[in-house]
Amino acid sequence: MGSGYLSCTSAFSGSPQPQPCGKALMQATGHPNDILPLTLTSATQELFGCRCDEDVTGDNPYKILRKEDIVQDMRMRAAVSDFSPMKQLVLDYPEDELLLVYDRDFIYGSSFYLVLTADAKERHLKPVVALGVEVALEREPSEVFAAQKTSEPQPWISLGSEQEIEEESVTDSRPRYRISRVRREFGSPIFFSDRNAMETKDGFIECTPYQDKNFSLKQMERHTGVQTIPNLKSSSTQTQWTYPRSMCTQYEPREFSEEKKENCLQSEKLKNFVNSVASRFEMAIQQNEIMDVFFDDWKALSEEDSGYGRKADPHLKEYQSFTDLHFSKEKTISNINWHPTINGVIAVAVTERLSFEDRINGSTKLLLNPSLILFWSFSDPINPQLLLECPDDVFSFEFCPSDPNIIVGGCMNGQVVLWDISTHVEQLQGTRTNKRENETPVVRYCAVSGIENGHKAPITDIQWLPGTFEVSRMGVPMENKNGICVQIVTCAPDCCVMFWDIRAPRVLQTMADQRKQKVEEKPLENPHGVPNTFKHLDLTWKPLIRVQHISYCQTQLQRVLSTTFCPQDGELVYTDWKLEKDNDSGRLFSAKPSHRFIIHDGQVNTVRRSPFFKDIILTVGGWTFAIWKEGVTNGPIIQSSCSQKKCTVGYWSQSRPAVLFIGKEDGNIDVWDLLEKTHEPSQTQNITATQITCIKPWIVSSKQHLLAVSDHLGTLHILEIPWTLRSPSSNEKLSMSKYFEKEVDRLVYFEKRREMRAKEKKDYEAEELRKKMVRYSI
Amino acid sequence: MSAEVEETLKRIQTHKGVIGTIVVNAEGNTTLITSTKVDYAGLLHQLTMKARSTVRDLDPQNDLTFLRIRSKKHEIMVAPDKEYLLIVIQNPSE
Repeated sequence: MGSGYLSCTSAFSGSPQPQPCGKALMQATGHPNDILPLTLTSATQELFGCRCDEDVTGDNPYKILRKEDIVQDMRMRAAVSDFSPMKQLVLDYPEDELLLVYDRDFIYGSSFYLVLTADAKERHLKPVVALGVEVALEREPSEVFAAQKTSEPQPWISLGSEQEIEEESVTDSRPRYRISRVRREFGSPIFFSDRNAMETKDGFIECTPYQDKNFSLKQMERHTGVQTIPNLKSSSTQTQWTYPRSMCTQYEPREFSEEKKENCLQSEKLKNFVNSVASRFEMAIQQNEIMDVFFDDWKALSEEDSGYGRKADPHLKEYQSFTDLHFSKEKTISNINWHPTINGVIAVAVTERLSFEDRINGSTKLLLNPSLILFWSFSDPINPQLLLECPDDVFSFEFCPSDPNIIVGGCMNGQVVLWDISTHVEQLQGTRTNKRENETPVVRYCAVSGIENGHKAPITDIQWLPGTFEVSRMGVPMENKNGICVQIVTCAPDCCVMFWDIRAPRVLQTMADQRKQKVEEKPLENPHGVPNTFKHLDLTWKPLIRVQHISYCQTQLQRVLSTTFCPQDGELVYTDWKLEKDNDSGRLFSAKPSHRFIIHDGQVNTVRRSPFFKDIILTVGGWTFAIWKEGVTNGPIIQSSCSQKKCTVGYWSQSRPAVLFIGKEDGNIDVWDLLEKTHEPSQTQNITATQITCIKPWIVSSKQHLLAVSDHLGTLHILEIPWTLRSPSSNEKLSMSKYFEKEVDRLVYFEKRREMRAKEKKDYEAEELRKKMVRYSI
Repeated sequence: MSAEVEETLKRIQTHKGVIGTIVVNAEGNTTLITSTKVDYAGLLHQLTMKARSTVRDLDPQNDLTFLRIRSKKHEIMVAPDKEYLLIVIQNPSE
């Protein structure tokens, strides 16, 4: 209690200095040391001028008394004086004036108290003022601060914590043992010996085990808690294993029977329902009609934009070019074909670049130099992968659509040749193992048609009939159930279109013949290592049907379902090749061509169907190209203007319905975009210096479209089609078909006008004649 | 069928692009069809029940008034009621 209390109140009552003698008394009474509560009688009060509530009040409790006066009062009144108990204190007081404070609230137990030290007096008088000012400015912290500052260090009182620390610290607790040895035995080896512990009396101290009763206590009483729970029962069962079985169910929606339906329909409820609900439907349906809410305008907008933005690079980029110095020197490429299944393999037919006379003159030399079809692969631009040997120059060849290992070609001497490359397929695919052979493998043809049976002129085009299709001997198309392509069509300038069948002729296959043939075939040698696939046809192959045309027939066929186009010297002929029976003689003959058109100025070298529209055909010849629509017999629906150089070959783009490629005599490729411009090509690009002989596009992947272009010098160029030319714009097909329709309408209109004009002219002439007659008669 | 009902339905049917209309009763039996698509009835009935229960779960005071299903080829509109269901199929892009 002591010091702490004192320090708190020292602000009010001065420093807690220990006061002499009677301070102990004061401490006991609970008021500070340096003041002394006392009671003054009213007589004393009057005497000193400190009457309660008159001279001294609550507001002004201080009264300075002179020491002399107090001393005199004590002398005069001795024991009766109020000041007598503190006589000594008063006498000890250093100054002349003492402070008497009126304790109105009896804080210290009496109505007055006397301040006993000068410091206290000062503090009483002054701090009131000071405090009065400072209280307004500062608050408690300053008082607390002042309180803390004035605390002084006190001696440490032990509360027992140092014993814990002493316990933890390590000290020597037992005396140290001292061992001494004789000096001469320092460092000498020590010898230990054994001693039996039993010998001596206190050799060992035994600690025998004993049964501790603590561990065998039996617990007689125990405190446990108990709780009730519902009855638990555990059991197990084995499920029945079923195996899955295929089952099927069929359902049909439930319908009311007729009468119930009638009842329903008549009911009032239905009427109300329909009436209430109809308005919602009308609103919704109308909304749909007005506009399509889910149409993404943003996406549609972007397509057109990107087309313009990317115009930076519309050119065909050179991807690779193939030329073989050994085999295609002095030669030209007549036909190109991409391998239908193996990626990156392309086959070209190389032929001599000689005119007819030169050919006759140099025929002996030509025999030594065999004609070839080269297979190129993108992985090897220098060496061809495979060579196919031909009996004569091949102008046209095709891969079989159902079996890409079979290739058919048409030769210059009118023969039809078949190759089977199944043994070399792995090599073409690039998985070859013996790379040691520097020689490119040569495959000989495995079947060739008889010279007397074939065409009399070079075969200019050859096509496979589609696998679902075959033609009977009568010329009637039938369904081919196998799905394998078995028939070929050829055409040549000898006015013939021939149909060939690659299966063994059924007529010869009687039982006896079969056996005989089998026996014969076995000892047959296989000198050239040629597969026996078409042995039955070799040298005995005859065409199935021969269609005779009246006029000169050349160039290309288009594989169609029931009709053929046979373009000739500028003429386009449209025929139906069904053989008809002449009723008189019983012979079969072909029908007359149904239409003939003379459009092109020169030889028509290309007839191609559009891959997007089944009835649109492109023809290229002379200096122009034309687009035809099947069924429209007035003429071509579109015809291009004459270009500066001759057009040598043309092809539709595989991915864009409006684009076509035209190859020219001077080595240029014209790219025509029919939706952009129809009076001139949308772009022209020079590929090579000589005439372009063949163009074939091919789609490798959605990002890569290639165009194979061959030229007169025997070089094969592979070009990459840029994005602008290969990705169709939105609605391109629709726009093209609309464009074609418009053109057809134009033709029809022209035709009508022509008729009308003819009629008008006739009428006019008739009128004139009549007028003349009238005039003369008069 | 009463003339009023017929007239109303005809009005709906003659809108551009409407392929068919079906009236289904509360249990899913088809009452009237004007298209060849009979299987819509049962399937859409179940879907409508599910949609209605969903709407009511979210807010019990709410109820399904109209259901529109837009697919690539056409749009199916269903209006449910206490006893009947009217289904209309429209091809909006025509």
